[in-house]
Amino acid sequence: MRLARVVGTVVSTIKNESLEGRKILLLKHLNHLGQTTGSAFVALDAVGAGFGENVFYVRSKEAAFPWFPLETPTDATIVGIVDRIFYP
Amino acid sequence: MILGRVIGNIVATQKYRDYDAAKLLIVQPIELDGGDMGEEVIAVDGVDAGPGDIVLLVQDGYAASMAAGKVSAAIDTAVIGVVDEVQLFSHR
Repeated sequence: MRLARVVGTVVSTIKNESLEGRKILLLKHLNHLGQTTGSAFVALDAVGAGFGENVFYVRSKEAAFPWFPLETPTDATIVGIVDRIFYP
Repeated sequence: MILGRVIGNIVATQKYRDYDAAKLLIVQPIELDGGDMGEEVIAVDGVDAGPGDIVLLVQDGYAASMAAGKVSAAIDTAVIGVVDEVQLFSHR
């Protein structure tokens, strides 16, 4: 899993039917300074995240598990909204 | 598996149910010389590691879910060991 920030949303009308009703969000990775880095990428949302929130997302096959037994073609899914980050 | 250094942890109230009661660590993957390797990752802690610990990380979903004590969980990275020592054999 990795830390990221929600920087946008994607609207798609014509899509795989298993994506019906799913929220599709744009994320950017977060570094330890709290800055966004790299290019934006797309992830599904399993927890109700919104714009500007820091989240963590799961990658690869496990990204489809929140909708099991439905088979959802996703390789990145937001699985948590971050309240606080500690760097001791 | 790779080696990493625990550099922090995160608290999240609103999370997918597979993460209930899971301790979430921020881990920086490291090279053999202790330098950073790539970008930090979030891992479920399966061994009660703490900040500063050098740890063993699995980055496979099946292994990570097992380490978290679950089956087919939406988890892709877990800490499965705290490293006491790394011994390197010199090349001949």
